[in-house]
Amino acid sequence: MIKDITIGQFFPGQSVIHRLDPRMKLLITVLYIVMLFIAKGFSGLGAGVIFMLIGFLLSGIPIKMMLKSVKPILPIIIFTGILNLFFITSGNIIFEWKFIKITDNGLRTMAFMAIRIILLIFGTSLLTYTTSPITLTDAIERVLSPLKIIKFPAHEIAMMMTIALRFIPTLIEETDKIMSAQKARGADLESGNLIRRAKALIPILIPLFVSAFRRAEDLALAMECRCYRGGEGRTRLKQLKTAPRDYFALALTVIFIAAIILLNRYSPI
Amino acid sequence: MSEFIEIKDVVFSYVNEYDDPPTKNVVLKGVSLEIKKGEFVAVLGHNGSGKSTLAKLLNAINLPESGEVLINGMNTADEERLYDIRKTVGMVFQNPDNQIVATVVEEDVAFALENIGVEPSEIRRRVDEALETVGMYSYREHAPHKLSGGQKQRIAIAGVLAMQPECIVMDEPTAMLDPIGRREIMNTIKQLNAAGVTIVLITHYMDEAAMAGRVVVMDNGSIIADDTPKKVFSKAEMLKSVGLDVPNVTELTHALIKEGISLPDDIISEDECVECLYDLLKKGE
Amino acid sequence: MGIIRTEDLTYVYGEGTPFRKVAVDGVNIDIDEGEIVGIIGHTGSGKSTLIQHFNGLLKPTSGKVFIDGEELFADKSRLKEIRFKVGLVFQYPEYQLFEETVYKDIAFGPKNMGLSDDEVDRRIKETARLVGLKPELLDKSPFELSGGQKRRAAIAGVMAMEPKVLILDEPTAGLDPHGRDRILGLIKEYHAEKGTTVLLVSHSMEDVAKTVSKILVMNDAKVFMYSDRSSVFARSEELSAMGLTVPQVTKVFDRLRAMGIEFQDEVFSIDYAKGLVLRLLEEKRKNLD
Repeated sequence: MIKDITIGQFFPGQSVIHRLDPRMKLLITVLYIVMLFIAKGFSGLGAGVIFMLIGFLLSGIPIKMMLKSVKPILPIIIFTGILNLFFITSGNIIFEWKFIKITDNGLRTMAFMAIRIILLIFGTSLLTYTTSPITLTDAIERVLSPLKIIKFPAHEIAMMMTIALRFIPTLIEETDKIMSAQKARGADLESGNLIRRAKALIPILIPLFVSAFRRAEDLALAMECRCYRGGEGRTRLKQLKTAPRDYFALALTVIFIAAIILLNRYSPI
Repeated sequence: MSEFIEIKDVVFSYVNEYDDPPTKNVVLKGVSLEIKKGEFVAVLGHNGSGKSTLAKLLNAINLPESGEVLINGMNTADEERLYDIRKTVGMVFQNPDNQIVATVVEEDVAFALENIGVEPSEIRRRVDEALETVGMYSYREHAPHKLSGGQKQRIAIAGVLAMQPECIVMDEPTAMLDPIGRREIMNTIKQLNAAGVTIVLITHYMDEAAMAGRVVVMDNGSIIADDTPKKVFSKAEMLKSVGLDVPNVTELTHALIKEGISLPDDIISEDECVECLYDLLKKGE
Repeated sequence: MGIIRTEDLTYVYGEGTPFRKVAVDGVNIDIDEGEIVGIIGHTGSGKSTLIQHFNGLLKPTSGKVFIDGEELFADKSRLKEIRFKVGLVFQYPEYQLFEETVYKDIAFGPKNMGLSDDEVDRRIKETARLVGLKPELLDKSPFELSGGQKRRAAIAGVMAMEPKVLILDEPTAGLDPHGRDRILGLIKEYHAEKGTTVLLVSHSMEDVAKTVSKILVMNDAKVFMYSDRSSVFARSEELSAMGLTVPQVTKVFDRLRAMGIEFQDEVFSIDYAKGLVLRLLEEKRKNLD
């Protein structure tokens, strides 16, 4: 049950998308998000769809996985959809019943928003599916490192992310173990109202925290013994290198952005 | 020429600030110990005897309250030499899970080298070498959390080994492992020592200590014995009185000696025991 | 019929995924009430998965489990009731301590059973005595105790539920020799005093040899053998090949036998070995006379 969580799941592969420089992938993802937000009409959004499809088809990620990534935010899409549908009252009325009024504008906005959110999720999922968490963290650190001048803790943030990624499976396993142990002592985790259930979590959460603190202490000690002293003067095992394909991908992204700007101006549907 | 590791009359205590008034718990009561380069020293003692505290003195995790610790002549209290000391004396801990930092085996082994600013090509070479040494090269791209306890512990050893330390201190590295994992680690330790790495092994397993060249026994913050395994284990009564085991074979031969049977009193290995019992039971037939 | 009985018990992890693994494979066992049994096997042999079936934490993929004659999972409303008959102490049980005081922590299990405060109090005091925790420790935070004390407090938390069967998974893991002997000692005393069925899971044959009368050996998800101590030790070489640690004395006497010294006995303790050597010497002297 608890083991089914698939945050930041990574699908190892050898596709062009997998092999792109992670820094470039990060940059392209940011540009892609920009692309989606500057698109004013369906034609612009259509360009976004094409861009996404190129990436998706090149990556070799199964369509099932892409759809699965949208599942958790489906309620949000539906919720914003309903809001848009009922609260936008401008435009031609298509349907009217008592105080409910549905207009073509409302319908259009709903579809527009839904497509935009889905494209957003698809894009970021494609990034995490094709980039191992550690490479991604590494890329974030390097992309953010110029900000160190203004004391932005780029290295520290990346290190925290790495450690979190390293310990999430360990802590999930531990949670399962503690749950079994407390159930064996007769703890009832499944019945009762919300307050009772929240209370029933105490015997799980306290041991979990205690253990997480103990692990943190041990880890800090082990890191110190291996000469850890922050980001200064650090070298890396893996060097990131940009290849022609990275610049090609970037160029393609820029072309799409330009296209969307043009579409916004000349074909603003 | 001074010794490789010199611990001179060290006193160390933990202060419990939560108690009112704060209480002081003296863990090491004037400990002196010298270790030569290339030695394999086992430190025995029950929980709370001060053996882990002693281990942490060797790479400046703990600093002595009085007395001093010298590593290759460098004083551990000298902050300027801190990283030189930690590069010289590496440390492996009990819980294999809690000392692995990265999500990929080779990235973890590279961690220390990245910290001390080694060139990437050199990191690659040393990481591969360290992984080969502990027999984990084929796992270099695996996720550590999916490995067995023994394998994780070997990764931790490789991570220290990559720094090319002259000495590795291991604080109960096998306490949380199953028999197969323990065997893996003990073989790795023997192999490292044969290659010239000084080993300080903190343990409470007698069979592990028996593999060392020298055994130091700690009790209540002091060293109460320091000799070859043979000599130390032959003091079976003393070991038992400080809450330690004696190897089965030593216990058996001592029990037989008490019954008036003449046997050597310094038997510590299976082979010796088989041999002398065979002689005892077969001779004269 | 025994207190714990299984019929073709099989458990499969990750059915339908590439990680599918048969952890317990067609196990049939019958454990008599009042017995003290050692369960040994290497890591991944299925011993931990097996014991989690005994109090219904895992549901068999196929096959049945009977506790005290009653089938687990036959009637879901009875599950909790039956579960209380089997106390399970997990590995490193001190990591499940959570209450403000040792007293309250030991009370957690009995309270979940719905016992009266007086009864809970009686049980806490009794089990604290059984595991050797002094009364003044009961008011302390469990996090202030020493490693060995924490472990004993956690074991007391399960003992206080007064189960008909007490199962302990590697109760001595990570302890020093003194702590280990203390835990094994208290398990033996508990068994002697309460007559409860005890299952002791371990991969140390030495610990098991000191404590139990019968041994269940698990290997590759199957029961390798379930028999009395000496018949199990008679196959010590096979056990050693499975990755279990056979006591050093056992190895010594196996080798002596292979070298041509004649004796029938299976040696698993120092005392026994001493007696055997003395007896063999006596026989030798008689032969010489």
